[in-house]
Amino acid sequence: MKFLDEYRDYDSVQRMAQEIRRMTTRPWTIMEVCGGQTYTIVKSGLQELLPSLITLVHGPGCPVCVTPVAMIDRAVATALLPQVILCSFGDMLRVPGSNQSLLDAKSLGADVRIVYSPLDALQLARSNPGREVVFFAVGFETTAPANAMAVWQATREQLSNFSMLVSHVLVPPAMEAVLASPDCQVQAFLAAGHACMVTGYEEYFSISQEFGVPIVVTGFEPLDLLEGVLMLVVQLERGHAGVENQYTRAVQKVGNLKAQARVAEVFKVTDRAWRGIGEIPSSGLRLRDTYRAMDAETKFGLQLEDAEESAECIAGLVLQGLRRPYDCPAFGTRCTPDTPLGAPMVSSEGACAAYFHFGRRKDHVDSLVSLTATSH
Amino acid sequence: MSILSCPLPRPATDRILLAHGGGGRLTNQLIEDIFLPAFSNPALNGRHDGALLAIGGARLAMTTDTYVVQPLVFPGGTIGDLAVNGTVNDLAMCGAQAIALSAGFVLEEGLAMETLRHVVESMRDAALVADVPIVTGDTKVVDKGKGDGIFINTTGVGVIVAPNTIGPESIRAGDVVLVSGDLGAHGIAILSVRQGLEFEGPVCSDTASLWPAVEALLDAGIEIHCLRDLTRGGLSSALNELASINGFRITLDEALIPVSEIVRGACELLGLDPLYVANEGRFAVFLSEKDADRALTILRSISVSEGATQIGMVYDRDHASQRPGIVTLQSRIGGNRVLDMMSGEQLPRIC
Repeated sequence: MKFLDEYRDYDSVQRMAQEIRRMTTRPWTIMEVCGGQTYTIVKSGLQELLPSLITLVHGPGCPVCVTPVAMIDRAVATALLPQVILCSFGDMLRVPGSNQSLLDAKSLGADVRIVYSPLDALQLARSNPGREVVFFAVGFETTAPANAMAVWQATREQLSNFSMLVSHVLVPPAMEAVLASPDCQVQAFLAAGHACMVTGYEEYFSISQEFGVPIVVTGFEPLDLLEGVLMLVVQLERGHAGVENQYTRAVQKVGNLKAQARVAEVFKVTDRAWRGIGEIPSSGLRLRDTYRAMDAETKFGLQLEDAEESAECIAGLVLQGLRRPYDCPAFGTRCTPDTPLGAPMVSSEGACAAYFHFGRRKDHVDSLVSLTATSH
Repeated sequence: MSILSCPLPRPATDRILLAHGGGGRLTNQLIEDIFLPAFSNPALNGRHDGALLAIGGARLAMTTDTYVVQPLVFPGGTIGDLAVNGTVNDLAMCGAQAIALSAGFVLEEGLAMETLRHVVESMRDAALVADVPIVTGDTKVVDKGKGDGIFINTTGVGVIVAPNTIGPESIRAGDVVLVSGDLGAHGIAILSVRQGLEFEGPVCSDTASLWPAVEALLDAGIEIHCLRDLTRGGLSSALNELASINGFRITLDEALIPVSEIVRGACELLGLDPLYVANEGRFAVFLSEKDADRALTILRSISVSEGATQIGMVYDRDHASQRPGIVTLQSRIGGNRVLDMMSGEQLPRIC
């Protein structure tokens, strides 16, 4: 497949891995920010191609994973209202709230639909004028423009039966939160290419400077990730800390200005709670007051207590790269994708689910590594 | 908001979820927790695609399957094609040639007669191609809103032609794993209609009778160890189930697994993995390595399996791992990972 196969090519990947091995002389800990990157790394067995001196830790960039329990409870409560059609991206459906997931609500009769775009939800609102269509707007900067567009379009069409439950989060504040943690072990970042496609990466210069960490805006295919790692290793080995762009085929320094303008028109920056991490100042988006009529929380008067939390799930530590999924005593036993204790076990972008599906359990890692060693 | 904000453990689900019918882990749980304990008997406990029955001197296979697909008509077939081919194929996977089918219909009040006629005609045509008569049937009608147009159950009886036992228990370390053609077309064809998606070319369901391919192997005297059609849950779930029965390690080479460009593209777009997508005309064959080349030549000469290829090998139980049976996959870039059974439904990703 054009534009994909080139970035999954065996020879190119092996050459890049060889170059990384040649350049690496000291141990380095690198965080890939985005869950999509975690997915590629674990699915393609990429860690095994890297020298043992390089440790990849998985960051908080999984939108499903960081959506707070209280917000999922609100989505479930909204979905259970008889007049509501709740639309959501697919992998949000299985995330447990304090009592139920959206899939559970569906089995109780709630009208929950998977959509691929908020504009599909708009179409549902147009064709079901007697129903209330609520879109569960979750995600980072990547999904914000399309969601802003849906709100803007609905306003223009005066679609009064469309609203949004907004739980948007922003990447740079989360990176700063990870770096500010006293236990932080992260020495460099592979930044999330798709979010930067929208925002550009000018914001990263100050983070890189303040914390002295190199940051490389990176794509999502195996070759992208290895090239990103190589660029970071070169900086780390030379003691540099700058911002570079590996994902030049998609990302420009200033980003997509039209998308940014639409987002700024519809949303405003707000403090937001991150599941597993806690509240991070100025780390989310909410609807501007002009668009309050489309805010599902206001529209349906949703007021729910904050949810009870489990002491067993270590999602917060996993999301900050402080623990590996298999360090959790519940991993693969009490917590599986069918019976998740925490959100990272649900989304395919969640580190726990990726480890579970692709076999990165403690007892598997050694045998997989030896498989890779014998096959080369 | 505390630092650790995850919910309390949930009890095992106390209601049926859609995923219980998805062919993955929850389906297996349902079989193991509810059905096997209630109905336990030697024929059922074999957990093969069909039950093997010895009656008098005859070796028979029997199987049943229920079809609830939406939409009823899709590119490449109808619910009627599936109902005939699916049951014929379950018998073929036991090395049995279908000799008779039954057809039970649950029809929803208000269904257009024309739709029913179309579906029934496609069943007739599929049965003609598979050379099997539909010898008995039943019809029920439910209130509008209590069904989804048409549900069909078919039961099939077949005569076992294979001289040896074809089944999971015959798989040996050193066996090769073949698949009969490219994967994922059926699931993507259905999804493209459901979601109103259009791709650069048409994606048609692969629904077909697999018996001609199995028959050709048997006629040539190939000793088949195990056959499995790759329906719900796709290649991955089928191989995991087989690996877990005997505790083998099955290893696959991702670069060898055939997936068409259109299906790959659709899966990339939709966030799905073609190894978990359903097929209705594809199967996996386990046999000795010495027979592999001859089997491939034979399969490639039959139209339903002309894309046959070798994708992996079976190895002895991995004693280092605590897991009973495992499927591993060498990725295109040369890393290794576990290929797990599907959990829940395949849900599209956010970004």
